[in-house]
Amino acid sequence: MNKRILEEKIFKILMYVSILIVLGSLFIIISLVVANGATSLSIEMITQTPTGGYYLGKSGGILNAIIGSLFLALPATGLAFIISLGIAIYLQRDFTNPSISSFIRLSLDILWGIPSIIYGVFCLSIMMFLGLGASLLAGIIALTLLEIPIITRSMDESIKMVPNGLKETAYSLGSTKFETAYKVVRKQAMPGILAGVLLGLGRGIGDAASILFTAGFTDNIPTSVFDSTAALPTMIFHLFSSPIPGVRQKAYAAALILLVIVLCISIISRFLLRKSSKFILK
Amino acid sequence: MSKKLIGEIETQNLNICYGKHCIIKNVNIKIPARQLTAIIGPSGCGKTTLLKSFNRLLEIRDDVKISGKILVDGNNILRSGLNVSDIRKKMGLLSQKPYPLPMSIYENVAYGIRIHNHIDSKKLENAVNNCLQEAGIWNEIRDRLHDPASGLSLGQQQRLCLARAIAVQPEVLLCDEPTSALDPISAQQIEKLLLKLKKEYTVVLVTHTLRQAKRVADYVIFLYFGEVIEHGPADKVFNNPKHPRTKAYMQGEIS
Repeated sequence: MNKRILEEKIFKILMYVSILIVLGSLFIIISLVVANGATSLSIEMITQTPTGGYYLGKSGGILNAIIGSLFLALPATGLAFIISLGIAIYLQRDFTNPSISSFIRLSLDILWGIPSIIYGVFCLSIMMFLGLGASLLAGIIALTLLEIPIITRSMDESIKMVPNGLKETAYSLGSTKFETAYKVVRKQAMPGILAGVLLGLGRGIGDAASILFTAGFTDNIPTSVFDSTAALPTMIFHLFSSPIPGVRQKAYAAALILLVIVLCISIISRFLLRKSSKFILK
Repeated sequence: MSKKLIGEIETQNLNICYGKHCIIKNVNIKIPARQLTAIIGPSGCGKTTLLKSFNRLLEIRDDVKISGKILVDGNNILRSGLNVSDIRKKMGLLSQKPYPLPMSIYENVAYGIRIHNHIDSKKLENAVNNCLQEAGIWNEIRDRLHDPASGLSLGQQQRLCLARAIAVQPEVLLCDEPTSALDPISAQQIEKLLLKLKKEYTVVLVTHTLRQAKRVADYVIFLYFGEVIEHGPADKVFNNPKHPRTKAYMQGEIS
């Protein structure tokens, strides 16, 4: 056979294998979680907080962790969004010297690569210095820091992709830099900005290591930002560590709930993405 | 004041350099008001740079150095302390490739009006419709004003850009090879529009097709490697070029 045709075939097979690995693992993860989790999933799971000896297989649910996860990830993503938008706009050529912005980009990429447990330890030491214990607030701060590099870099990339001619157009209509950034560039970059935020949210809601120390763990729903709180990832971690098989089964149910939440986020994001890309220049 | 015509541009000893590389060298020209002036010359000779200096679009790039004077109606627009946004508002830009704003057709035209004036929605609607009519696109888009502007054909987009440019009531229209990306029929429509619009605006057209310049220009500026070789009324420059380089360019020996 011709060498070039053989080459082509080998690469085709390689591509199929890679796709198979990705789709296969997705399928296996979902079916594993659903198969194990569905049996122990009950209405009490999502409507009740744990009651006496939950980890020994007694009654109750994981409402505290569901609420805790939302209380942690949503404010953290909101905060990270605001901070990231500022940084991402600042990084653009119109505002900053390219040599400064490339240094900031490098820093952000390094931050992105730092394992989340380090963020947790870092925040914990700050909290200890301030005399605060594990709390919702500390968890939010840790998650915000974790999400900032992710959201900033993907916003930055999408803002950078906005064609120069479009900016020139806005400027030559007499727009100020702010009007150009806010009314034109933002609209064009919106799908990318949204994708960045959702990437951050997805990372934040699923991360266990950064909130392990900072948010602590409790059976109660937090009533103030200084209360410690449970979250789904830490709940799953605790349930899986239990020696009792029934409790480990519940960990699957918790994982299933987390999976459903993440799935909802990505469905909503698909919808928003489609809506926001209606007017953009292709 | 008895000065009737507005939109006259004059440059005095204009030099534009990127770092050590000078694109525009000591240019002294006068672009007459309410006429169509074509800037011609081989590619890379600085036509677009010269054009974009008129509305101070160049300074978005930080490493550009501009010296000399650009007088618009007698006022030096390079003076420091001026509001750049006001200068740019006087100069509509039509770029090589149309860039509709990421909004609906209606919003594209309304955008410029909104950032400069506070007017009620009824007046705004009238103004937008007028501009679309003036740009000769109204009949094609009247029943899809709120569709995305990016869905229009290139030729329609360019006419929309023209409508958007005149919506902020400029004095000058700067056109940077506005027909080079278009099909022949759309290009012809743009040319016709420019000929119509020169009665109300000073039109500066950068073009690299000599034939287009011959068809539409009243006044011609021939640039060669950043220097003005010859400028004057179109019939004089085309029929009776003084400089041997202009002659060579007209005969297609340099391009």
